[in-house]
Amino acid sequence: MDPLLLLEQAFNGLQFGVMLFLIAAGLTLVFGIMDLVNLAHGSLVMIGAYLATTLIAWTDSFIFGIALALPATFAVGVLVEVVALRTLYRRNHLDQVLATFGLILFFNEVVRIIWGAQSIYSGLPDYLSGQVEIIPGAPYPVFRLVIIAVGLIVAALIYTIVAHTRLGMLIRAGASNNEMVGALGINIKSLFTFVFALGAVFAGLAGMMLGPLTSVEPGIGEPLLILAFVVIIIGGIGSIRGAFIAAILIGMADTVGRVFLPVLLRIFVSDAAADTAGPALASMLIYILMAAILVVRPRGLFPARTG
Amino acid sequence: MSKRILGMTIALAMATTPVAAETVKVGFITTLSGGAAIIGKPMKNAFELGMEHVGGKLGGMDTEIIFGDDKRKPDVAKQLANKMVKKDRVDFVTGIIWSNLLIAIHGPVTRSKTFLISSNAGPSAVAGKKCSEDFFNVAFQNDMMPEGMGQHMSAKKIDNVYIMAPNYQAGKDMMKGFKRTFNGKIAGEVYTKLGQKDYQAEISALRAAKPTAVFVFLPGGMGINFIKQYAQAGLSDKIPLYSAYTVDAISLPALKEAAVGTFGVQHWSPDLGNSVNRRFVEGYRKKYGKTPPFYAAQAYDTVMFLDNAIRKAGGISDRAKLRAAMRAGDFPTTRGTFKFNNNHFPIQNIYLREAVNDNGNYVTKTRRVIISAHGDSYAKSCPMKW
Repeated sequence: MDPLLLLEQAFNGLQFGVMLFLIAAGLTLVFGIMDLVNLAHGSLVMIGAYLATTLIAWTDSFIFGIALALPATFAVGVLVEVVALRTLYRRNHLDQVLATFGLILFFNEVVRIIWGAQSIYSGLPDYLSGQVEIIPGAPYPVFRLVIIAVGLIVAALIYTIVAHTRLGMLIRAGASNNEMVGALGINIKSLFTFVFALGAVFAGLAGMMLGPLTSVEPGIGEPLLILAFVVIIIGGIGSIRGAFIAAILIGMADTVGRVFLPVLLRIFVSDAAADTAGPALASMLIYILMAAILVVRPRGLFPARTG
Repeated sequence: MSKRILGMTIALAMATTPVAAETVKVGFITTLSGGAAIIGKPMKNAFELGMEHVGGKLGGMDTEIIFGDDKRKPDVAKQLANKMVKKDRVDFVTGIIWSNLLIAIHGPVTRSKTFLISSNAGPSAVAGKKCSEDFFNVAFQNDMMPEGMGQHMSAKKIDNVYIMAPNYQAGKDMMKGFKRTFNGKIAGEVYTKLGQKDYQAEISALRAAKPTAVFVFLPGGMGINFIKQYAQAGLSDKIPLYSAYTVDAISLPALKEAAVGTFGVQHWSPDLGNSVNRRFVEGYRKKYGKTPPFYAAQAYDTVMFLDNAIRKAGGISDRAKLRAAMRAGDFPTTRGTFKFNNNHFPIQNIYLREAVNDNGNYVTKTRRVIISAHGDSYAKSCPMKW
């Protein structure tokens, strides 16, 4: 096997991994701190993608469009938290699942009414659509490198906020015992709103970067949401560090498994059997990985709650 | 008076003049909601355009068209077909985009002695041993296009080809069809997840295999994403891309420059010069403001096929006579030439098409006939003789 190809695939895995991390970061904080199962987190990915596509077209600038779409997604996050989710914190998980599932349907329909059911395919500005040859003989798309860079910068940013600021201290305290934080005189309501909206921005950012790669259409966030849940379960609910490591792990496993598993299987079984079993096995790989990790560490790699 | 005011379809449904003893009833099942409506709507549009061109009457008889939305679900299609056959008592069921939906309704419709006419789906399952005297396909058999491409690439001595399709039955059939006629070396054969959106990992592996050319079957959104990412990876001008059912009037408006220079294979193209096709393409562009996709051409041909057969048979009451008229296959078609095989699937020309930028219009241009009068590979196992 060509080591350079392996390196290139590692880049692909990393790119997918940071994308998953952006989505999982908000999900794990909301789940960890507010004890809220938010199935509608995928809808925020979709909202971010649609807002960015529209604003990029409106401002005729990729950078300005994204710069405007980020606060707009934050505002949507605030609105959703204040209007819909606030009443759900005291309910049990089943009620939360039902209510946030309803939100998915609501958002998909809103998007259909405003933007239509058809997929929107947007392009990239010229300065982002080229390739650079970081690996000899394999020019790599600039935009995918930008995604990796943005993902890593945001990860560092979240880590700094959570580990080294007063706000982060409250978030961590909230993750381990939110009632005590409230009892100590912290305005837990506005903290919750802020954390939720911040998570919405990260998810939206993932959607904004996904748009030019694939297409923007109703329900684009949902397949990613399932993976994001796998990530936060592997990482340990409420843990940012866990989410980052798990996201990279899943990104790598999915990419590398998808490409190399059928090749590997061809060594052992017939080509036709390998072509059938390979892709099927590859799509199961991350769940097998999750099961294996949970056997060893039932609460994930870095459990935040110690209650 | 009200006939003029009401829309065309409603007018047809209402038109019951007391002198007419018989009315032709046609059930048209297609996908009109969800993402796949992008295919179903042009088919419905073209069917309506065809009805306009025959004056609202199939074979000169009063005609009622019942449209049904299958939502791309086999169970919904089956319910619709049963309702049309039993309650509405239609004489023909047609439309049907998807192979799995066609298989779901094939038995119930043909058993009820109703003619089933496929305007798109052409699975091998009903082309061979299970062919039926009450089933006609006026579109194609699935394997025909990849067979054509295999033959073309062999003739051009293009060796070392990397092939790719989604991991489901049609994907496997397409690649099998390609390998049936392609006699060069296969550089790699990859099956991806159905509905996959990001192909970067596959593109990396593809480039590392250093093929001379790539052949893909990635219909709908999959193809748009793949070709966009293929261009983003800088491969468009390095490794030539060939495809089947991937670059067409539906994907081209989204693909634009990314698809220019790629080669496709099809039994029809909007630029075919015959008079029926010119009338169809011009009429469609005028009425709907878009270039019709091949799905639309097939739906239009379905109208012409029914109109011609009913006229020749002098009505619909004598089914044997009607079947004989249908088998003749001598209707005015957008494809120029058309004949039925013994399994009621088309024998037709397969064309090489290139995606071009025609003054800001992204369209396919016919480059050559790859195989003239191509019949499918399953006809010989169909026991039907006529």
